[in-house]
Amino acid sequence: MSYALFFPLAGLMILSAIGVVLTQHPVRSAMCLVSTLFLMAVFFIFLDADFVAALQVVVYAGAIMVVFLFVIMLLNLQHDEPRRQRTSWSLVTLFSASLFTLGLLYFLQQAGPLLPGPGMQTAAPPGFGSIESVGLRLFTHYLLQFEITGLLMLAGVIGAVVLAKRKLG
Amino acid sequence: MVPITYYVALSAILFSIGIVGVLVRRNAIVIFLSIELMLNAANLAFVAFARQLQSIDGQVIVFFVMTVAAAEAAVGLAIIIAVFRHRQTINADDLRLLRW
Repeated sequence: MSYALFFPLAGLMILSAIGVVLTQHPVRSAMCLVSTLFLMAVFFIFLDADFVAALQVVVYAGAIMVVFLFVIMLLNLQHDEPRRQRTSWSLVTLFSASLFTLGLLYFLQQAGPLLPGPGMQTAAPPGFGSIESVGLRLFTHYLLQFEITGLLMLAGVIGAVVLAKRKLG
Repeated sequence: MVPITYYVALSAILFSIGIVGVLVRRNAIVIFLSIELMLNAANLAFVAFARQLQSIDGQVIVFFVMTVAAAEAAVGLAIIIAVFRHRQTINADDLRLLRW
């Protein structure tokens, strides 16, 4: 991925991520997150992760975000949270988060040349990131974790049904 | 070609935006969306390192992260629905029964 492509896409992604936090209406936040997820899928494609990019669009932007939108619709939140006087808290949060980011970027800059591996310059081996290569690794080396993931999904489904069904109080 | 540091820097920035979202917003659904944003930032770092090390493991772990995110979204949204039925609000400031 060239610089000329990276920076506009990265800027767009950061803008839509900021939109998730700043917009007042939850539906707009969700839409901003969908655009962030799509841009993330573009990055995945450029990083030779084709299967993961497809999963990103289908599972994240498709399934998970639909569940979010469905819940927003179900709760029918017409008016959003009242704008309380929380400016000082927001400023403190923003300041600490910026400090955190700058610290991360500083360490990254220091560690950049020390990072291991063949790097981005060398071409990826053929078939890298395809369904075949990911699936082969997933169903051999990570088989136990995969099965545990299935158990987790089952627990999630049961938990969601029980929680949403029960009448509280 | 863009070096990996740029991707990881982008991931760090997205993660921080997610942190700000969790701390500043009071709407429980938006807090959840910010958490998804943070999970995605981690995914970007995983995929970038998978490409850097030319090892497929990073991409497999993204698969697991997505599964956890899906399960978390399902259970979390069910909790939100249950809380909304009970209290008629999902504002995090009003839900302070467990606050010390």
